Amino acid sequence: MNVPDRQPAVEVRRASVVYPAPDAPVHALSDIDLTIAQGEFVSLIGPSGCGKTTLLRVIADLEPISAGQVLVNGLTPHDARLARAYGYVFQAPALFPWRTVLANVMLPLQIQGRPKAEAEAVAREQLGRVGLTGFERKYPWQLSGGMQQRVSIARALGFEPKILMMDEPFGALDEITRDDLNDQLQQLWQRERRTVVFVTHSIAEAVYLSTRIVVMSPRPGRILKVIQSTLPDQRTLDLRDTPEFMALAHEVREGLAHGHG
Amino acid sequence: MAMAERAALRERALPVLVVLACVLLLWYGGAVGLNRAGAVERVLANSHPNGYSTADLVSTTLNMERPVLPAPHQVVADLYSSLVDWPLDSPRNLLYHVAVTAQSTLVGFVLGTLLGIALAAAIVHSRTLDRALLPWIVASQTVPVLAIAPIVLVILGSLGFSGVAPKATIAMYLCFFPVTVAMVQGLRAPQRIETELMHTYAASRLQAFWLLRLPSALPFLFPSLRVAIAAGVVGAMVAELPTGAQAGLGARLLTGSYYGNTVGIWSALVMSALLGLGLTAAVAGIERLVLRSRGAR
Repeated sequence: MNVPDRQPAVEVRRASVVYPAPDAPVHALSDIDLTIAQGEFVSLIGPSGCGKTTLLRVIADLEPISAGQVLVNGLTPHDARLARAYGYVFQAPALFPWRTVLANVMLPLQIQGRPKAEAEAVAREQLGRVGLTGFERKYPWQLSGGMQQRVSIARALGFEPKILMMDEPFGALDEITRDDLNDQLQQLWQRERRTVVFVTHSIAEAVYLSTRIVVMSPRPGRILKVIQSTLPDQRTLDLRDTPEFMALAHEVREGLAHGHG
Repeated sequence: MAMAERAALRERALPVLVVLACVLLLWYGGAVGLNRAGAVERVLANSHPNGYSTADLVSTTLNMERPVLPAPHQVVADLYSSLVDWPLDSPRNLLYHVAVTAQSTLVGFVLGTLLGIALAAAIVHSRTLDRALLPWIVASQTVPVLAIAPIVLVILGSLGFSGVAPKATIAMYLCFFPVTVAMVQGLRAPQRIETELMHTYAASRLQAFWLLRLPSALPFLFPSLRVAIAAGVVGAMVAELPTGAQAGLGARLLTGSYYGNTVGIWSALVMSALLGLGLTAAVAGIERLVLRSRGAR
């Protein structure tokens, strides 16, 4: 599905992040090597403290690296950020309470200086894609947690970034909403095939969504194992009951257990 | 519906009325007590040389020409006559003085608010300014405005500024402080996740200020504006004292005390309280409008 010689979306080479501490420095990330091709859906999974969020933040230029090299679309994370290469979805929706749903989705477009009419049209379309047509004039507090997170996804997709980074976007939601949003995100990826880097601590979520699963382990934060998904590209939630899915989930669980052993 | 509204009104009005009744009672009691000596000496000694009843004493203390403490009805009568018996542009009409004081208050308030926001913006954007400015800003408020006012008026006067400008300056001096303090806090109110969001959009500092910091600070700004405008009234009135200003509620207070016109002082006092209340209510009204347009709950 990818042209093989295309430039990778994300390249991480021997990257480390070390936080200085009075007794012993904390190795949040140690010697990470990871290449993400364009159009891949890569999940970073691991127990808390394994550096999965730190790795995502490093790629997004929200955190500096202590050593090594990180390239996003061939640029440094800083330049990639200035080139608006990625959209970032945080754990919390982080919607501005004084803006309507529509105005929240328009925010990044406004910052990029797009004409207002165009920004509004794009925002309406994105809201439609996450199933929120009719909620444009509402304020964030009038929406449920799941709807708020969908608004934040629409906001991240509005300026058509090549890469979508998501930091446990559904972590705070109930399981039913989470399944629903997983399904929607899966369909979105099917349609648009953007590169997605997805942080999660749910095995089922990682297996269901990803084309590749990166299993990480704490102290120091490192990559234990990279699992290529054998599941078909077209997926529905029923897939989770198939032996193939279970085998993959088992493999991820094994990998995680390994890190603790 | 109307019943419920009336009940709600009664619920809100009743405590205010009870307090008002208590104040009036104390006031009348105080007037009798404080004016007694003067009444006996200056009035009753002449009119009732052969002794007087308690009723005579009370009615005299409450209706004296220059009482130590005028009775409420005297103040009301004085206010009423000033408002009704004289045209609006006459210095005898208190509304004329209210307008003069309100003008310098409002000019000072607008300038003070702008200065306060500008200082706060500078402070939150620069660590150096945070350290350099904040102590001076706090120190500026420990200097009594009564001491600063004449100096400012003399200096501005020698520079050729007269009329509203010097008075507005003093009002501004009192207005900017609460705004600065509240806005420093408000501009720092955005959470880390919101700041990082703007960061991922590669928003400039100016964009982050307009689109995130300023809107987050608005809920902090309005309460400080209510404090500021009340302080501005005080500043404007104090500025009217040392110049021998011809007009304004402060000038009225001063002429009242020159001529021992205690009733006049109290009328000016009541008017300044009403002016302060009115301006604060206006700011609160603007606050409600703005916050509603932002979808406040």
